[in-house]
Amino acid sequence: MNTPLRTLYFALLVRPVVNLFLGLNVRRRENLPSHGPAVIVANHNSHLDTMVLMSLVPLKQLAITRPVAAADYFLKSKPLAWFAQQIIGIVPLRRAPAKSAEGHHPLDGCFNALEAGNILIIFPEGSRGQPEVLSNFKSGVAHLAEKYPDLPVIPVFMHGLGKSLPKGEALLVPFICDIFIGNSFTWQGNRQQFLKTLNAEMERLATEGNFPTWE
Amino acid sequence: MMIFDTPAFVLWFLAGLYALLVAASLSIRVLRPRMKEKDYRELYLRVRSWWIMITIFSLAIALSRKTSLAFFGLISFLALKEYFSIIPTRRADRRVLFWAYLCIPLQYVWAAQGRYGMFLVFIPVYAFLLLPLRMIIIGETKDFLRGISIIHWGLMTTVFSISHVAFLLVLPEHNALGSGVGLVLYLVFLTQFNDVAQFIWGKSMGRRKILPKVSPNKTWAGFIGGVVTTTLLGGLLGPLLTPMGWRMALLAGTIIGIGGFIGDVTISALKRDLQIKDTGNMLPGHGGILDRIDSLTYTAPLFFHFIYFFYYC
Repeated sequence: MNTPLRTLYFALLVRPVVNLFLGLNVRRRENLPSHGPAVIVANHNSHLDTMVLMSLVPLKQLAITRPVAAADYFLKSKPLAWFAQQIIGIVPLRRAPAKSAEGHHPLDGCFNALEAGNILIIFPEGSRGQPEVLSNFKSGVAHLAEKYPDLPVIPVFMHGLGKSLPKGEALLVPFICDIFIGNSFTWQGNRQQFLKTLNAEMERLATEGNFPTWE
Repeated sequence: MMIFDTPAFVLWFLAGLYALLVAASLSIRVLRPRMKEKDYRELYLRVRSWWIMITIFSLAIALSRKTSLAFFGLISFLALKEYFSIIPTRRADRRVLFWAYLCIPLQYVWAAQGRYGMFLVFIPVYAFLLLPLRMIIIGETKDFLRGISIIHWGLMTTVFSISHVAFLLVLPEHNALGSGVGLVLYLVFLTQFNDVAQFIWGKSMGRRKILPKVSPNKTWAGFIGGVVTTTLLGGLLGPLLTPMGWRMALLAGTIIGIGGFIGDVTISALKRDLQIKDTGNMLPGHGGILDRIDSLTYTAPLFFHFIYFFYYC
């Protein structure tokens, strides 16, 4: 990561745009982790999701906060790979691990980052999908929790960014973004139970808001 | 520093606002033992937000005319964004909303340049005629009328109405006192004062509800007490801040008192329709920005055209 450029990018570009152009309505900011290792799990509707979550952490925590992102999408071209790795500071995830990759676990990058005390941002829906619709969670985050049973997992539900910048659109239209931060929880003994808890937490956070229809 | 170009009466007036703030902070602290903790907390947040709002307002007004114009443009943007975020919009209208946002810089450019005709017709005529065209090009006809009406109502309230405050700033200088800044201070202060006065009169003597279906907390005593207080204060401040004599200023105060009430309950009706309590959370203790400028959406155009008709035509 290019730390000075990254800090400038988030402090001078992302934060002003996110706070003034969009505007955030954050519930229970105090639930966010104050130190790593930890995992922030959020729903995914827009490229803005990462920018907004990165704007919630204090600037001095920026260096240890890193979004997990698909290698096949973000590392496909040189300029995008530079931007994703140096500026956003992604932890690349190889979604379809090639059998030949000498015993590398697809989550190796995440393991290393957590062991270095980082806070990871994970979108377990895998794809941005239909704007403002919650789809099923993939099990990667459960693998992390299984390996580190004390790892705090903080669920975050966001609404509005899928309206501002949905998948396939390049024009940003300002809407206020609602953010609901849940209580942190840890490994639940087995994967199914863990994913059930995560799903239930997200559903609960989603029903907390009274969102206008958007059809 | 531009601040030294600001007329002395403006600085005195702003100093007066800070004196009021100090008085408000002191009185809630003195009354604290006699209040429920929850009520105190609410009042504390409200007063703290006033400190921030008045500081930003004072800086915007005192620095230069350009910062004042930009400040009101920003208010329009924040209010329109809040409005679009709380109402049900159509997915197909994303790009139409973008064009609606673009009306804000244009409307404030007309105001800054003092182009009175264009300022008056841009939103009611051009935006009104052209935004439906953008919608028709996208081609979604289901709920077309609802889609286009809510966008136009939002533009009229948050952009067209509020931009009248900005146009006050560019009205030609009438006499030593009558520069636009004085008119803005008069309008904005009395509008906000009227809200507080109606609240206090209603709390202390209100019994008979005035609009039970729309705003169950509003009473006749609050309305009448507020209008009378605002009228009297308007008569007092008019000769100090504006080209008006005390008689015309009493009339202007009445217009602000009644107009402010209507603006307030209009946004109340909107919130009741949407089943929300506040329009947002930008201003702790107040709610959203629309909760704060609801009265101004009525008083700004009403006061502007009153003063324009009698003093600037």
